[in-house]
Amino acid sequence: MSALTDPHRESFRLSMLLSDTRYRSYTFQGIALAFLIAVMAFLGANLLSNLAAQGLDISYEFLGSPSGYDINQRPIEYDSQSTHLRASVVGILNTLIVAVLACVSATVIGVFAGVLRLSNNWLVRKIMAIYVEAFRNVPVLIWILIIFSIMTVSLPAPSAFRGEDPDSSLLFGAFAFTNRGVYIPAPIMGPGAWFVIGAFIASIIGIIALRRHAVKVLYDSGKVVKTFWPSVALFFLPTLIVFFLLGRPIGLDLPALKGFNFQGGIQLRGSLIALWFALSIYTGAFIAENVRAGIQAISRGQSEAAAALGLRPRRIMNLVVLPQALRVIIPPLVSHYLNITKNSSLAIAVGYMDVTGTLGGITLNQTGRAIECVLLLMLFYLVISLSISTAMNIYNNSVKLRER
Amino acid sequence: MKKTVFLGALTATSLIAGAAAAATLDDVKARGKLNCGVTTGLAGFSAPDANGRWEGFDVAVCRAVAAAVLGDPEAVEFVSTTGKTRFTALASGEIDLLARNTTWTFSRDTDLKFDFVGVNYYDGQGFIVPKALGVTSAKDLDGATVCIQTGSTTELNLADFFRKNGMSYEPVPIETNAEAIQQYTAGACDTYTTDASGLASTRATFETPSDHVILPEIISKEPLGPLVRHGDNDWGDIARWTLNALIAAEELGVTSANVAEMSASAGTSPEVNRLLGTEGDLGAMIGLDADWAAKAIAANGNYGEIFEKTIGENTPIGLARGLNAQWTNGGLLYSPPFR
Repeated sequence: MSALTDPHRESFRLSMLLSDTRYRSYTFQGIALAFLIAVMAFLGANLLSNLAAQGLDISYEFLGSPSGYDINQRPIEYDSQSTHLRASVVGILNTLIVAVLACVSATVIGVFAGVLRLSNNWLVRKIMAIYVEAFRNVPVLIWILIIFSIMTVSLPAPSAFRGEDPDSSLLFGAFAFTNRGVYIPAPIMGPGAWFVIGAFIASIIGIIALRRHAVKVLYDSGKVVKTFWPSVALFFLPTLIVFFLLGRPIGLDLPALKGFNFQGGIQLRGSLIALWFALSIYTGAFIAENVRAGIQAISRGQSEAAAALGLRPRRIMNLVVLPQALRVIIPPLVSHYLNITKNSSLAIAVGYMDVTGTLGGITLNQTGRAIECVLLLMLFYLVISLSISTAMNIYNNSVKLRER
Repeated sequence: MKKTVFLGALTATSLIAGAAAAATLDDVKARGKLNCGVTTGLAGFSAPDANGRWEGFDVAVCRAVAAAVLGDPEAVEFVSTTGKTRFTALASGEIDLLARNTTWTFSRDTDLKFDFVGVNYYDGQGFIVPKALGVTSAKDLDGATVCIQTGSTTELNLADFFRKNGMSYEPVPIETNAEAIQQYTAGACDTYTTDASGLASTRATFETPSDHVILPEIISKEPLGPLVRHGDNDWGDIARWTLNALIAAEELGVTSANVAEMSASAGTSPEVNRLLGTEGDLGAMIGLDADWAAKAIAANGNYGEIFEKTIGENTPIGLARGLNAQWTNGGLLYSPPFR
């Protein structure tokens, strides 16, 4: 039994901090940490003393005073009498809006382009190669400016829609494409509108339940239950029936030219579109390469084995290749999402009022509180980036290979 | 956290630089060059000409100060600044003097720790619209899309003006004048607002300037002037009195043509003699040569000459003297006496 006892543990001596490899690393890390803290403390004290020497201080009181400026895209109530804090929140929301939109569309574009780069069709393959190389090798700021300039110059000004015989007219009478942005109809919620939305959500849940049921039947009895047409019917019918039964509670607010601009509807500003589009196609090109790499990382034997079992090519991609490829794709995808969020700070180039434009731009300028504003900005981007990577890591853990 | 401190370190370094530059005059003399902050390009006020030499109304102030301090109007290092970077550049010591049509306001003078040394152009914020729009007054602009250069007092004036008149508008913030012009000419905004002098300068660069009108409303007071860092009063005095010398020279009839002759020997006017250093020694009081003002005037001429040469009615900018005439002609220019 003595063979199982631990070897005799030497009691800890101070000299072991240097001589023993088990403790030596702690020693060096401790020294490095102490050094780092000392440097930080020195720089911090230096900053404060220099600020004091200039008669300045670090104060966040300006956040509570009225901002005095207006912002064009306001997801929440805001006017020039609101506080700087509220202006910053508007900026944060605008950053999140464009970041979320761009993450979604970049992923869609990236997955399509990545899969198509492996297409058997020479032309498709080459076109996608050109897309990827052209877009990821030109700085994203240039793309933002190019797209914004093209929109500004090529689309008509709202005045072109005016008069008896206007140069431009609304698409389907409901969509206006101008160089100030795209105006789309907005839904007007009447009484009972929530029933329609409720019916729609219920039918989505119904579709998911139907598909689960189909899979269960397939596993239990081997019978294939058709799901496509029932899904389509579930998607449209209940919502439409409720919509007409309640007397069409949801109307459309169409954009119309009033005064200098289109009024009504929802305005997607040119700056938002340019930024969104540029970030999407730029990052999409990177994601395409990740997707291609992920798919190519799966050995050919996998898809050949699936083919030998009689699976069709689409099912091989969906059931065999992609689930395994995701493990390779997701970690770099996280960093692309982070890049999109950080690159969205280029918004000021096209006058999109993101948080860099409000807090780090106008507020900083008007209050002169540069250090405070920049610290807040860094804190915000840090929090957002860490949240994105946490969320994506959780997802990554759920799809990664479980070793048994 | 590491990043935060790194930025702090950067800021601290720049502040150390700022603190070290307390005796700006000595630094400038040691360097042999004046670092002067100007715009990134605004026709008439500060823009490089075809040969890359900086020219303009604000540039002339830089050259006059360089001539007064170093005796050479060419000994200037021009630093382009945007509306956003100008104050950091000055506070950090990157530039010694900021001559960049900057509005003198209370908070900039006090809270941001700068000293405005005077006013070299009395301006006000206006609007430019295409004639085709059919707008004759800024009060007709309800609902308009307004292009505006971000990072300046114009943003706040604009918000105040529309709020006061109960009108709505859509601001389109733009980083530089050039981009704003691009947006405006493409019709992406109905009107562009900035200082009226800037509008005149911008309009002069259009293909057909007559297609655009500057609306009669001036919605703010914009006294534009050069500024220096707070705390170095000697340097502030030099900049202040150089500007005053240019203004006084016009009032006293000293021009670039006759300054050499007049400063050669004492004349009949005691004030001119004191200004040009032929009587008394005002220069020594601010640590400069006796003929500092003569050199400053010889650099570009007096205030009136500079105005006519760069932005006056015979230039493409075509600005009238208006408020910027001498007090003797009904304007606001009034230099304190040289004695």
